[in-house]
Amino acid sequence: MSAATDPAVDPAAATARSTYREALREALREALRADERVFLMGEDVGRYGGCFAVSLGLLEEFGPERVRDTPLSESAFVGAGIGAALGGLRPIVEIMTVNFSLLALDQILNNAATLSHMSGGQLAVPLVIRMTTGAGRQLAAQHSHSLEGWYAHIPGLRVVAPATVADARGMLAPALASPDPVLVFEHAGLYATEGDAGGAAVGLDGAAVRRAGTDVSLVTYGGMLPTALAAAEHLAGEGTSAEVVDLRSLRPLDEDTVLASVRRTHRLVVVDEGWRSGSLAAEVAARVAEHAFYDLDAPPERVCSAEVPVPYAVHLERAALPAVDDVVAAARRTVG
Amino acid sequence: MTAPVDVRRTLLHEMVRIRRFEERCVELYSTERIRGFMHLCIGEEAVAVGVLGALAPEDAVVSTYREHGHALARGVPMTSILAEMFGRASGCSRGRGGSMHLFDAARRFYGGNAIVGGGLPVATGLALADALAGRSAVTACLFGDGAVAEGEFHECLNLAALWRLPVVFCCENNRYAMGTALEREHAQTDLALRAAAYGMPAWPVDGMDVQAVAAAAERAVTGVRAGSGPCFLELRTYRFRAHSMYDPDRYRDRAEVARWKDRDPVDRWRDLLVADGDLDEDGWARIVADVDEEIEQAVAAAEAAPVEPVEELTRFVYAEPS
Repeated sequence: MSAATDPAVDPAAATARSTYREALREALREALRADERVFLMGEDVGRYGGCFAVSLGLLEEFGPERVRDTPLSESAFVGAGIGAALGGLRPIVEIMTVNFSLLALDQILNNAATLSHMSGGQLAVPLVIRMTTGAGRQLAAQHSHSLEGWYAHIPGLRVVAPATVADARGMLAPALASPDPVLVFEHAGLYATEGDAGGAAVGLDGAAVRRAGTDVSLVTYGGMLPTALAAAEHLAGEGTSAEVVDLRSLRPLDEDTVLASVRRTHRLVVVDEGWRSGSLAAEVAARVAEHAFYDLDAPPERVCSAEVPVPYAVHLERAALPAVDDVVAAARRTVG
Repeated sequence: MTAPVDVRRTLLHEMVRIRRFEERCVELYSTERIRGFMHLCIGEEAVAVGVLGALAPEDAVVSTYREHGHALARGVPMTSILAEMFGRASGCSRGRGGSMHLFDAARRFYGGNAIVGGGLPVATGLALADALAGRSAVTACLFGDGAVAEGEFHECLNLAALWRLPVVFCCENNRYAMGTALEREHAQTDLALRAAAYGMPAWPVDGMDVQAVAAAAERAVTGVRAGSGPCFLELRTYRFRAHSMYDPDRYRDRAEVARWKDRDPVDRWRDLLVADGDLDEDGWARIVADVDEEIEQAVAAAEAAPVEPVEELTRFVYAEPS
């Protein structure tokens, strides 16, 4: 596995400024144009333009056969995506948010993830499922989940979390080209972020070093990348050089890039919006402990969400989620 | 209208094949050649033979964990089915599925799904793919009366009807969801009525009469293939055996089982052919002998087949380059 090209350090890849939302839309547009087997379906993806306006305008451009509004029936339309993939199409299913994906969990786990293996390799499910994830908008417990780690637990799935505009633009094409089911987690807090869209497809597998550093590795993904970068900036002001690793792919994990970073910095802080117990952060920390134990100069730290259902009130929600100060404090403990 | 003699005999032959195959499976289970969960369709053979016989090779099939009969009637080779139940490399799922997960992509047999209701969304999507690609194939989706209580039933009938997808929803109503009787699980036990509420043709069929099932399935498939949208068949049948090999069958009245056995679909059809002069003693003996020979060959082949090497354990979790 190789680290992905980072447009921030590769000017050749930086071609256009856009928002994360526009980059996702452009990727969808390109996919629908490039392959007539591709279609998009989900709740309110058509006339409404997508709950987060990602698919705005695509119905007008591609018509109702290829931009399909579905009834509120997550199990049916996610499963229909699986069936359509088995039938030779390349569906992109949008689940409005990860919270509603629980209504389709049987289809994702018992069908999408198992059919290839359970059929002895006869079947493949080339399906892309996009969903919004994360907290931070005072939407309370049922609309604020970060369950990427749950899905990354499941063999048979590929799970990616584009954290930059370039990844939002470039991950869809390789996801569609994959013969396996790919889950794409789009953090709600990222839709309005701006950056260089690049335009080229990026790999699905590799992690990326978003900021080079020498004293501590901040390993993160998705919606926590801006938090980790802000913490690194703050730490730089204190004379601590933090490296920021964006996992990008949560299954498979690019262990090599993480381990290489820790071997440079000798300290690890994992920043994960999921709950700590049984988290993706736990997996990263365990792998570092297994494979780079003697490279560590301090115990690994984890900065995760408080183990409570995410509350509504702004001060409580802020207290529940990993903040820049929490990451800075954890990094300080490791360099202590 | 009476079908030609050879068609009538074929229907009998196929039902006997399923019946005797499963009776042999019971023996093989008791000697631990087959393990895991095993669900038998003995008593329900007319549904398998009648429904699957109405399909064309390009059509798709989605089934349940009680699918030996469906797979056999679809033409999945008995040798590969039995080898699968033995956990062998030559099994139709290379030993990874077992009795509940028989797959045959070449015959568009998309498995044995062991989550009640879990196959309906997949069937709906297969039909969507055929419709969007402009193919005239239909998808037959088989499930039990228990699935009608699941959300997937309601979500998928609505979706398929809304999008006019080519699915024949085939409810194999054997009156029990595992141990729970139909009237103890459904406020409205007229299942066809409930399907009709989603805006599709739906009607009950005597699932113990292979001729009635074949005629209904033919009518359903023809209509769906012509583009009229999905339809629903409630195939009223009964399993003579327990739910699974683990089931002590405490919840059914013996007299009820006996009443249904009086309507045994295999015996009824054989007796009708004899009465009509389409079958004699020799003809019947030939069918049984042919079936038994096929079964014993399949058993011998499964016994002799190699197991999947354990080094192959993690293959196929992700698609392999072809």
